[in-house]
Amino acid sequence: MQISMTVNGADVTSEIEPRVLLVHYIREVLGLTGTHWGCDTSNCGTCVVLMDGQPVKSCTVLAAMAAGHDIRTVEGLASGGTLDPVQQGFMEEHGLQCGFCTPGMMLTARALLDKNPHPDDAEIRQAISGQICRCTGYATIVRSVQWAAAHPAGSGLADTAAADTDTAVPDVAAETEDTEVKA
Amino acid sequence: MQIPAPFDYVRATTVENALELLARYGPDSRVVAGGHSLLPMMKLRLSRPEWLIDINDLYELDFILRDGNKLRVGALTRHTTLLESEEVAGLFPIVRDAERVIADPVVRNRGTIGGSLCQADPAEDLSTVCGVLGAEAVIRGPGGERILSMSEFHRGPYETAVGHDELLCELRFGIRPRSGSAYEKVERRVGDWAVGAAGAAVTLAADGTVDDAAVGLTALGLDHPLAGAAAVLRGRHPDEELFAEAGRLAAEACDPVADQRGPVDYKRHLADELTQRVLRRACARAAQMQEG
Repeated sequence: MQISMTVNGADVTSEIEPRVLLVHYIREVLGLTGTHWGCDTSNCGTCVVLMDGQPVKSCTVLAAMAAGHDIRTVEGLASGGTLDPVQQGFMEEHGLQCGFCTPGMMLTARALLDKNPHPDDAEIRQAISGQICRCTGYATIVRSVQWAAAHPAGSGLADTAAADTDTAVPDVAAETEDTEVKA
Repeated sequence: MQIPAPFDYVRATTVENALELLARYGPDSRVVAGGHSLLPMMKLRLSRPEWLIDINDLYELDFILRDGNKLRVGALTRHTTLLESEEVAGLFPIVRDAERVIADPVVRNRGTIGGSLCQADPAEDLSTVCGVLGAEAVIRGPGGERILSMSEFHRGPYETAVGHDELLCELRFGIRPRSGSAYEKVERRVGDWAVGAAGAAVTLAADGTVDDAAVGLTALGLDHPLAGAAAVLRGRHPDEELFAEAGRLAAEACDPVADQRGPVDYKRHLADELTQRVLRRACARAAQMQEG
């Protein structure tokens, strides 16, 4: 069957089998391998993409079901060579180690900040509670999202902070014990 | 890599069109909405439809509408919409209690109330919620529309009264004054199936005694709201003694199975304790509504 959708602002049209999942369509047909394919069972959340602005687990959406919709992947976060504040925040606050969960985490964070520009830590933890990180735990991810909230795009704060290396050093003494969202 | 077996896909444009497609493709067709139960089952070959009928474009089934003394909720209403609705939370706080703990926020962006009820998983929360609220299910088929009580609709694990050529279109909830409701679930981690959960809905009389009440359990081997709960609770003042009595009743009536989520005696304990907690909270909310 033929499907058309918008991916990161570009119109795409492809001939696919109806059983192709959105995650495989994005990775294998469109070649956008920034979206990761993890558990296959909608548990881990690394395959999260935005569908009409809302985070969805693309391993549990058929490409055919996404036809006609607006899809945004991690490749669509940066614009014109400038990182999205969420991406910058993950750099500043050590929000990743192996990076496997990162695309999904960042897209969920982007959607959260679009809806709620100043979330508290509990709201961030709630938003990412359907996603699993097995490296850093969640404390640095929460801090990364808070960094992005404090440095919104276009505010000039992101550029200033990026140039000022002092702010990039985490305050180890201020760290509290990480109470993980996941068991 | 888990991929469903081959099938043909068609997108319905209206309820009428969905019913035509169901009639045309017969029992080998399945309706998909959020897809977060059906697609995993198709990946595992637990479900192998020849035709998948996508109803996500049926925006006419995505609504929350106050209609006199009823709240009407379209079957395609997403969990996130239900969770965030202030109107639903005000009238039926049990819905927000439950929606907070259904799957995870990303899954809730896709899953629908209609899909949850039609899946009828024994650990599915909204079957209990709709059961204790005495909801009505509006089903449309080739013969027109029929309205079923939840006890008629929900036949047991993975089985409902919806025929293969029918579509669940709407849930209707009766609005009653001096009413309160609550839900509480114990789960091992976010997104896991319930170890056990309980829901309660209570209506108080003008003198503060219980006028009507329903208690339901999730994942604890009770398909329908607890028989006899209303008879025990009615006419009595809501107090700790009464909650304890209802808890004992629930623990006796439930029929949990031992699995990796816990042994039978623990789950029976949950039935008792959670019943007490949700009744306590539902009664407090009902009293508050009375004052307000």
